[in-house]
Amino acid sequence: MRYLPLTDADRTAMLAAIGVPSIEALFADVPVAARHAGLLDLPLAMGELEVERRLGRIAAKNTSAGSVPCFLGGGAYRHHIPAAVDHLIQRGEFLTSYTPYQPELAQGTLQALFEFQTQVALLTAMEVANASLYDGATACAEAVAMAGRVTGRHQAVLSGGLHPHYRAVCETYARFAGNRLVLQGAGPGGGEDLAALVDGETACVVVQNPDFFGEIRDYSELAEICHRAGALLVVIVTEILSLGAIIPPGEMGADIVAAEGQSFGNALNFGGPYVGLFAAREKFVRQMPGRLVGETHDAEGRRGWVLTLSTREQHIRREKATSNICTNSGLCALAFTIHLALLGEAGLTRLAWLNHAAAVATAERLAAIPGVELVNDRFFNEFTLRLPRPAATVVDRLAAQGVLGGVPVSRFYPERPELQGLLLVAATETVTPEDIDGFEVALREVLR
Amino acid sequence: MSDWSRALSAHATPDATAAPTISGNRGLQLEEPLLFEQDSPGHCGVDLPEPPPLRSRLAGLERKAPTGLPGLSEPQIVRHFTRLSQKNYAIDAGLYPLGSCTMKHNPRLNEKLARLPGFADLHPLQPRSTVQGALELIDTVAHWLKTLTGMPAIALSPAAGAQGELCGIMAIRAALTARGDPRSRILVPESAHGTNPSTAATCGYAIEALPANARGRVDLAAVKAQLDTDVAALMLTNPNTCGLFEDEILEIADAVHAAGAFFYCDGANFNAIVGRVRPAELGIDALHLNLHKTFSTPHGGGGPGSGPVALGLELAPHAPVPWLVHDADGFALVEHGDGQAERSIGRLKGFHGQMGMFVRALAYMMSHGADGLKQVAEDAVLNANYLRVRLADLLSLSFPGTCMHEVLFDDHFLKDTGVTTLDFAKALIDEGFHPMTMYFPLVVHGALLIEPTETESKASLDQFVAVVRGLAERAREGDAASFRSAPRLTPRRRLDETAAARKPVLRWRSASPQQEAAE
Repeated sequence: MRYLPLTDADRTAMLAAIGVPSIEALFADVPVAARHAGLLDLPLAMGELEVERRLGRIAAKNTSAGSVPCFLGGGAYRHHIPAAVDHLIQRGEFLTSYTPYQPELAQGTLQALFEFQTQVALLTAMEVANASLYDGATACAEAVAMAGRVTGRHQAVLSGGLHPHYRAVCETYARFAGNRLVLQGAGPGGGEDLAALVDGETACVVVQNPDFFGEIRDYSELAEICHRAGALLVVIVTEILSLGAIIPPGEMGADIVAAEGQSFGNALNFGGPYVGLFAAREKFVRQMPGRLVGETHDAEGRRGWVLTLSTREQHIRREKATSNICTNSGLCALAFTIHLALLGEAGLTRLAWLNHAAAVATAERLAAIPGVELVNDRFFNEFTLRLPRPAATVVDRLAAQGVLGGVPVSRFYPERPELQGLLLVAATETVTPEDIDGFEVALREVLR
Repeated sequence: MSDWSRALSAHATPDATAAPTISGNRGLQLEEPLLFEQDSPGHCGVDLPEPPPLRSRLAGLERKAPTGLPGLSEPQIVRHFTRLSQKNYAIDAGLYPLGSCTMKHNPRLNEKLARLPGFADLHPLQPRSTVQGALELIDTVAHWLKTLTGMPAIALSPAAGAQGELCGIMAIRAALTARGDPRSRILVPESAHGTNPSTAATCGYAIEALPANARGRVDLAAVKAQLDTDVAALMLTNPNTCGLFEDEILEIADAVHAAGAFFYCDGANFNAIVGRVRPAELGIDALHLNLHKTFSTPHGGGGPGSGPVALGLELAPHAPVPWLVHDADGFALVEHGDGQAERSIGRLKGFHGQMGMFVRALAYMMSHGADGLKQVAEDAVLNANYLRVRLADLLSLSFPGTCMHEVLFDDHFLKDTGVTTLDFAKALIDEGFHPMTMYFPLVVHGALLIEPTETESKASLDQFVAVVRGLAERAREGDAASFRSAPRLTPRRRLDETAAARKPVLRWRSASPQQEAAE
């Protein structure tokens, strides 16, 4: 077996050195009833070529998003990833190292994570950020839990514009932690009055910007109302690239920002692994979940980096930790950092505006189709259309014509018939004018 | 005497106090400032077209203040991250014997396959008809893991081991609620990973510690004494973090079940038994697997992981959504906790789990096959026991007898030397090895937990043994000062963690105008 370096001669010599007659003797502590003598009912070992053939055949059964016009968003976005990103994250020194517990052997990972934390803080206009969580949805649930620790209150108000997966993860976590959620009904148009729901019991209000339907809002006033009531404002961002063009949550008065970082450096991967971003005000840092990298100096006084404030974490604090998270999204965070480093201020701004331009062009073309209505007033690279037919059927028929034409809202809210005509459409820099033409033609055809 | 030990005996002492260089670099050790300190404003490492003129739909919410992100070109970025990478130790570079972390070789075939556009370039919300291959792959991973564990169901969505634990404990709480038998305590051995008590607390349970016996196992009598009708579950790691198989596990399982509680197993150490022992046959009700340990998906400097949870029949209906089902049109996802998934605990993360990790793990499992996986467990255990016997006379073995995939020593052998476990680990760094896990588990003093994994050759183990023995002898000879000043040959010497925590600096900030004026 190509991954196993021991030879039979090694094994014999080692058993002799140990002083046991056979490998069985080393498994003597396993109860006899639980020892599986033979082989399990699974295929036998395969060479690289055979594994490649078999998995290649499975991969070929999928329609990759890049092979057709793709207008899917809803919390995951198809962006071009510069070649240098994937090259650098595959360097074995990054790929095959562990969590940097031994800082003298991990200054590379630690410095990159310090740069990641800084980038996240700059993008969101927040004071501090951690070294990543699993994804945006779990970061959202962690934000709600943290708001409870900060305020000593146990009720969170969740906007109806929050991504339904984020909302569902919050519900799961809250149910088991004993926190109460006040859930607003989902729907585009922002008819909800969140301010009216804030009272002395409220730990936080959770809003998303742009929201699930693509709408952008200014939450400054809501932040003030929260703060007057002693509550925190949590702002969720599912498309982090949007912060290259719109006012960041920190400038609106957010106390915690939880976001999905997939858009920078990370492929769609059918939903994972992604990278959760988590930023907050500095005064709350000791209540933050996850790992933090801090600056320090070595025995010779030179600048260096270590994991810090570990007394918040499970491996030190055990049942009193701020979160049970251990492994996070290190390599995805590195991909994020490299992509954003390549972009820099100028590239970020330009890429964001290219996305906005693609979405505006797409929206104008599609909204001109009879019966199709653009729901949004303000949007970044994703918007909602109201169709005269159930969007789920339309999407299936578009797929049959070779267009990945958006995400039907009913996939998330099957129990809400009034939402079944709604279609989420995203357009990024990867969308070409021909893609938009193709989408328009196909949609006209399907709706005819 | 091997070439290695000859080289050791003839080693030259490098002059760590050599005169400082002009650049601050030391040969291949290259200094590298932060990205933010290399800003040439306006520069960009990506060529993008000018956005077309358009009527903005941002309506007054445009970002006004710049982010402050630095501008660099591609060659600068590539050099920056290449230099950073060279400051890391990695399994690609050498033995990485971190106990309970399973730092094994990460096959590059897995990386190649995870990047096939048919897997990597799939949007999670594509119509079902366009992702049948992806769903088939998930189903195949589930089949392998169910066969390896002997368990009837598997929840694949948890993002890492700790979330797998959360999934298992939530399912247990849901099952107890369904029985009308809510309970409030969970028993956790003192030797458990910190995630275990933290997870149980996150689910609202009180934690009760279980002592270890003199043999490094959970004390069966203590289990029986502490079990009652208020105990929801026992969380056991097996093999445990002392590297030992819990040899009374069947009795423990019986006692747990007799008390009406569930038996949760932390499968972080599954590498020791994969293909040879099926957890279902140990009486386990729920078990998480770390795909980034046993199944070789890369640790990546701290993730991403993947933590599927195998579930018994009573817990399976409570598995988190999404569920994978099969009907006349092929595979489908059940994404809502109603209908057939009405007893589900709900959703644990966005979308459907760590697909990229599933592809890698499946490539790993297929490459090994049933035969190779069994060999994995055997070689992992063989390698650890080989280290045990080669080191036991000089180091202090915490518990006698054979170990499984990792071997635990404590710091008795350093008594009166003035050298601590930490010093010993740092000295190992200068010798070109990553240290073992230190000060964990908590059940022995100054723990040194060594897990070589099956992907180390005998020659590699012999090199490690020679170095550890040499260091142990040096400590015994009273050379404490050299240990306390280690490491000397790394890009940075020992780092001040206390200073970092006292006044945390967690991000770069541009110098204030006053500071700039002063400079």
